[in-house]
Amino acid sequence: MHRYLPHTSEEVSAMLASLRLRSIEDLFTHLPQQVRFHDAYTSDAPLSDGQIRDLMARSGGQVLVPFRGFGSYDHERPAIIDAIASRQEFLTSYTPYQPEVAQGTLQYIFEFQSIVCELTGLDVSNASMYDGATSAAEAMMMAVNVTGISRILVASDLLPHVIETIKTYAHFRGVAIDLISFTSDGQLDFNQLTELSKTPFAAFLVAYPNRYGIIADYQDIQQLVHQSGALLIAYADLLALSVFKQPASFGADICCGEAQSLGIPLSFGGPYVGYLATINKYVRKMPGRICGITLDNRGQRSYVLTLQAREQHIRREKANSNICSNQSLMALQATIYAVTLGKTGLRQVAISTISATRYLHEQLIKTQLFTQPFKQHFAFETTLDYVGPIIELNQRLIKRGYLGGMPLGEHRTVFYASEKMSKQTIDAFVNAIKECHDEIR
Amino acid sequence: MKYDKLIFELSVPGRIGYTLAETGIDKVDLTKIYPDQLLRQEAPRLPEVGELDVVRHYTNVSKLNFGIETGFYPLGSCTMKYNPKINDEAASQPGFRNIHPLQDETTLQPLLKLYDDTAKMLSHIAGMDATSLNSFAGAHGELTGLMIMKAYHERRGDSKRTKMIIPDSAHGTNPASAAMLGYECVTIKSTPQGLVDIEALKAVLSEEVAGIMLTNPNTLGLFETDILEISRLVHGIGGLLYYDGANLNALLGVARPGDMGFDIMHMNLHKTFSTPHGGGGPGSGPVSVKGHLAHLLPHPRIVLKNDRYIIERDGDSIGQIGGFFGNFLVVVRAYAYLKSFGRELNAIGPLAVLNANYVKEKLRHAYHLPIDAHYMHEFVFNGLIDQSTGIKTLDIAKRLLDFGVHAPTIYFPLLFDQSIMVEPTEVESKATLDHFIDLMLRIAKEAIEEPDCVKLAPHFTPVGRLDEVKAARNPILNYRDYVKSI
Repeated sequence: MHRYLPHTSEEVSAMLASLRLRSIEDLFTHLPQQVRFHDAYTSDAPLSDGQIRDLMARSGGQVLVPFRGFGSYDHERPAIIDAIASRQEFLTSYTPYQPEVAQGTLQYIFEFQSIVCELTGLDVSNASMYDGATSAAEAMMMAVNVTGISRILVASDLLPHVIETIKTYAHFRGVAIDLISFTSDGQLDFNQLTELSKTPFAAFLVAYPNRYGIIADYQDIQQLVHQSGALLIAYADLLALSVFKQPASFGADICCGEAQSLGIPLSFGGPYVGYLATINKYVRKMPGRICGITLDNRGQRSYVLTLQAREQHIRREKANSNICSNQSLMALQATIYAVTLGKTGLRQVAISTISATRYLHEQLIKTQLFTQPFKQHFAFETTLDYVGPIIELNQRLIKRGYLGGMPLGEHRTVFYASEKMSKQTIDAFVNAIKECHDEIR
Repeated sequence: MKYDKLIFELSVPGRIGYTLAETGIDKVDLTKIYPDQLLRQEAPRLPEVGELDVVRHYTNVSKLNFGIETGFYPLGSCTMKYNPKINDEAASQPGFRNIHPLQDETTLQPLLKLYDDTAKMLSHIAGMDATSLNSFAGAHGELTGLMIMKAYHERRGDSKRTKMIIPDSAHGTNPASAAMLGYECVTIKSTPQGLVDIEALKAVLSEEVAGIMLTNPNTLGLFETDILEISRLVHGIGGLLYYDGANLNALLGVARPGDMGFDIMHMNLHKTFSTPHGGGGPGSGPVSVKGHLAHLLPHPRIVLKNDRYIIERDGDSIGQIGGFFGNFLVVVRAYAYLKSFGRELNAIGPLAVLNANYVKEKLRHAYHLPIDAHYMHEFVFNGLIDQSTGIKTLDIAKRLLDFGVHAPTIYFPLLFDQSIMVEPTEVESKATLDHFIDLMLRIAKEAIEEPDCVKLAPHFTPVGRLDEVKAARNPILNYRDYVKSI
């Protein structure tokens, strides 16, 4: 037998005997014989731990120094995140359906919700969504359910993968989408928005910050959206919210996005963790699990999944969403990160990241190989236009161990630098760019 | 008394739990760069705690949880099998963890091969032709799969198919997923034998039907023996068959959904392929399809062309269903699991079925087995045979917790009012099963001799039964509201 299968042949025989069966095959006599599968899936021998370790050591990608964010941000991660999140009590447990033996999971969900509410300024958060892109799609569906209007306006400066995901969900649900242009002077086209908001719409979804790294004030847009009877949805980075204005304070009704920047590794795109928060008025329209406080029959403060009459296992086809498994363990990691950095640290990381990106920005401008297309304020990322072909520059940077900025078109690129990068690291990168540029010429 | 602190309650002004590296770059003054209206005016009220505070807090919090390594976890439909350690180790490598999802293919070849190999192995297990690993969970796989079904009909210009057939025994996610895509759900009743009622199915089949969603074995643990007839009927009216892979574990080494006539399916890597459930995710719900639907799988796709793996983002597809490539590190764990078994993968289903039948047979004289049939990897009791005690399924579940065993799934499926759904999985030894059997029989006895002890259970867990009505009537959903409430 196999190391994960404890049965001895004597035990199998004894168990079969108690079922009055002679062989394992007798368990399957009721299956139509045409569908019975008798082949082995593979002829490969089972691998030992050591063999798996060796195989995996050969199966990874090339680790580069990332000067690219675009929705996936490299930050330093305290060692305690993995030490805690790998405890079997957190790692191997199921969804907390038996709260008497799942208070651990429920409590950190409550803490996660509290952190999301604190950062967004909104009243209520759920237990997590799959990722940022799907959180935006769910926010859109939620707005459609709240308003009963199957049309949504989407800012075209959102990350492309977020827009693509929204488009897919919208198409199959029969929701119409109008994209609001991002103009060459670095802002949303307010005239177009004014025009398109004359026809009823459920919500306007904006980016905070946007794909170019720009952080904008949505006060005017908020007024227009609310005057039209629609909801404002902010797709916001949680780390950014430690220093920039909370979406609640500029009138967002729903806030959603990615919490990856809170201590989740790049991981080739997943698992990450999405979040979704809203105002009290819409709590019963929210997708996903929500944890609340209650008392047990011994009078102890306890935690339990609540408001479940929104969910698939109770409401079936009338549920707000089909989501059940979400990204609980990643929400735990984000929670540990947020509380370890805490009130002052999260802001320090944000400030250091802004400082690093600005330093990189200044050094790149100094090379005279880059110009700045937008004058707006940027946060963690800066968009620059390179004088040469950006794809070729990036390919040469890979050879030097760097992941260059995210290319957008022939010359445009979005750079990111994290708080953990030293001045030397950034200077070396800028030098590498100069060298690569000389090679290209 | 259980550990009773929230991390916010450990906060002491001025305490910190971090050191940021000195980088040699001057820190900017935000107020000099950004206008006031962009800046947050007050710091977020997050805790101020030391590193040891955090570690001790979450260690104590974790001890309030039951995990697979704590004890037997016979949660029906959830396939709570052992999560091998080597798989976690594999997923923690820098070559997986520190890889940006927007890196160039040239830097990713071995990783893309792992991804593609996993998809191919899963296709083969499913009896399908192509697999996408981009879905984040089972329900997300259902949604993706139904998008493919809808796109298939759309591409054929067949716009009248607005109905989805779903048996009454189905998981709640099935109708919820169908409804998210605007389908009208048509529920069909099960026969007294717990299977799809062929006559009821025939009665609802029409050219308005897009397809049917089935779980096989179904949520009662019964194999749908008429599956080939069901497939013939549904295909006959131009519909497609969707397979909910929640119960796929029963079929490893036994049968393949593709051979039964299913066109589209999802699997749950966090069930059948042993990746940790994490207290509610991250899971992974790969979607497999027959060849004629492969072009509709979501973007981005990893494909082998001229001996190089490339990432495909254009061409026909339902589109993108999430940010990148799904829960990649979960896929890595499942790959390691598949490799750890190799040709012995075939042993899993039979032993899972043996374990379930063994437990069922030993308990059926005390617990009511509403359908006497051949069971697969799980089975459903409808409470105790002796109903006179007043002991309900909820009481039995809570009492089990006292003995260090997790409760089975309860009150599902909805076909019976006292459902207890038991799935032991193949990883449990005869000794563990015998212990569980003894406990279940002991509880049946207690129900007669000391019913109050069972009704008031659990007694030995960190918390007792919870006031769920209070939680819903007066929702306190974050710390800020909690502070206001006291």
